[in-house]
Amino acid sequence: MRLYDYVLSPSCYKVRLMAALSGVKLEIRPVDFHPGAEHRGPELMALNPGGSIPILEDGDLILTESSAMLGYLAAKAAPAWLGSGAPEETARIQQWLSFSHRLTASLGGARLHEMLLRPGDIGALQANGIAALRELEAGLFEQKMRGNRFLACDRPTIADIACFPYVALAPDGGVSLDPYPTIRLWSRALRSLDNFIEMPGIHRLHELKPEPRPCPDEA
Amino acid sequence: MNDDAMRDEWYPVGLFSQLDRGGRETTLMGAPIKVALDANGAAKVTGEDGRVLPVSVRYGHIWSSLGEPRKPVFPIPEADQPGRRFVDVGVVRVRCSPLRAVENFLDIAHFPFVHTDILGSEPHTEVEDYKVEIREEEDEVWATQVKFYQPQAAKSASGGITTEYMYRVPAPTCSVLYKTCPPRPGEWDVIALFVQPLAEDLCDVWPWMALFDDETPLTDLIHFQQTIFLQDRSILENQIPRLLPLDPGMEIPTRADLTSVAYRRWLKRHNYTYGAQLVAQ
Ligand SMILES: N[C@H](CCC(=O)N[C@@H](CS)C(=O)NCC(=O)O)C(=O)O
Ligand SMILES: [Fe+2]
Repeated sequence: MRLYDYVLSPSCYKVRLMAALSGVKLEIRPVDFHPGAEHRGPELMALNPGGSIPILEDGDLILTESSAMLGYLAAKAAPAWLGSGAPEETARIQQWLSFSHRLTASLGGARLHEMLLRPGDIGALQANGIAALRELEAGLFEQKMRGNRFLACDRPTIADIACFPYVALAPDGGVSLDPYPTIRLWSRALRSLDNFIEMPGIHRLHELKPEPRPCPDEA
Repeated sequence: MNDDAMRDEWYPVGLFSQLDRGGRETTLMGAPIKVALDANGAAKVTGEDGRVLPVSVRYGHIWSSLGEPRKPVFPIPEADQPGRRFVDVGVVRVRCSPLRAVENFLDIAHFPFVHTDILGSEPHTEVEDYKVEIREEEDEVWATQVKFYQPQAAKSASGGITTEYMYRVPAPTCSVLYKTCPPRPGEWDVIALFVQPLAEDLCDVWPWMALFDDETPLTDLIHFQQTIFLQDRSILENQIPRLLPLDPGMEIPTRADLTSVAYRRWLKRHNYTYGAQLVAQ
């Protein structure tokens, strides 16, 4: 399975993260997204006329939407990440998978603008990002009231992986996460999963290391 | 006193390989400028009022200045050495003082905490003694004999090694580091950080490399360096205060940030204060 990948792309990271969590080995094909704009070059445009990455290739299956890639990886190697199949849970998963595109457009757009000088209306991108974060905070809070720590149920699903990266990287685009306590708890829960992997700007949980002991001569 | 000492210095304002006739609009120290190719294919930089600004093309980048540089862009002799690969890493904008971006680049003590498992790892957090000086003839800050244990020193490194570094500050917003080159003992890999000051608290950073590495694909080299720099970016954007504090009096140096102390002293000596905040502590 080959992933056309850019290290700084949150959408590509979704796929790398899902693969790591489900124990799938990916063949990484690095794409010079910045500064080379290789994703707009003839080779990649032939694979994905949409001109975006990630692209996942497995035999003659070519996927250009990260949500589909998450579904594929889970179905192949870790079906529990697709939820129980209960109607409401299935609906919530689909709801948040679709919602994740709003995060890409808003918070992702703000990040490209602020970090890689991509033209755009930064005020509108940030305002849309904040509106999406408020909706996510409310959704996660309601889930908590139902006794669920994650977006669709009490265990993580592909919906959480689809939403997590752009949210965690919101500060890169000048959008603070300080106002969203439930999002921060959810982010911690995801970052503490076994086999979690990092990307630049998304750190492992240093807080989960053993507590430092007092120095013997201070005690 | 010369408040404008930094105006007469050279700054990177774009990648030469990406320049076209249409050009790019950008900012230098608060002033809007335009960088473009002229009819003869030469780089041209103009100020807001149409004033033609000094221009130089070096190390893959276009350099310009709002003032009158007294010297050419500082030398990097390795840029003329055969066998090296030159890597334009591409611009990254950072909401911090241009001087802070350079200072962070000079500080090796952050490696295990910020570049965990790449440029450093716990418990190998000790920075051994090294030498720092201001070289009067070149008028540059130099740190030499900096040794550090690194899990993955370069894309071409396979496994942990003790790397030796040298750091240079040849211009107020530029730094060049030399580090042990895994495939070619005896030579140094060159990694530079060229910083374009947009405002006192905002900069565009243009990393550039001159490496001995014939094997790693170019895109992997770019991704490796962008990964490192993006880890720094999230730290840099959270530093308080945004400007680099310059104490007009004395500092008490600690061993790990000797280079930073020398850098600050050198900035003060030249009145390079764009992006600095003068505070008595
Ligand atoms: N098809 C969407 C696209 C994701 C996306 O927006 N990817 C960015 C990189 S993070 C991209 O390729 N953008 C194209 C561009 O900005 O030129 C997905 O897979 O979720
Ligand atoms: Fe760093």
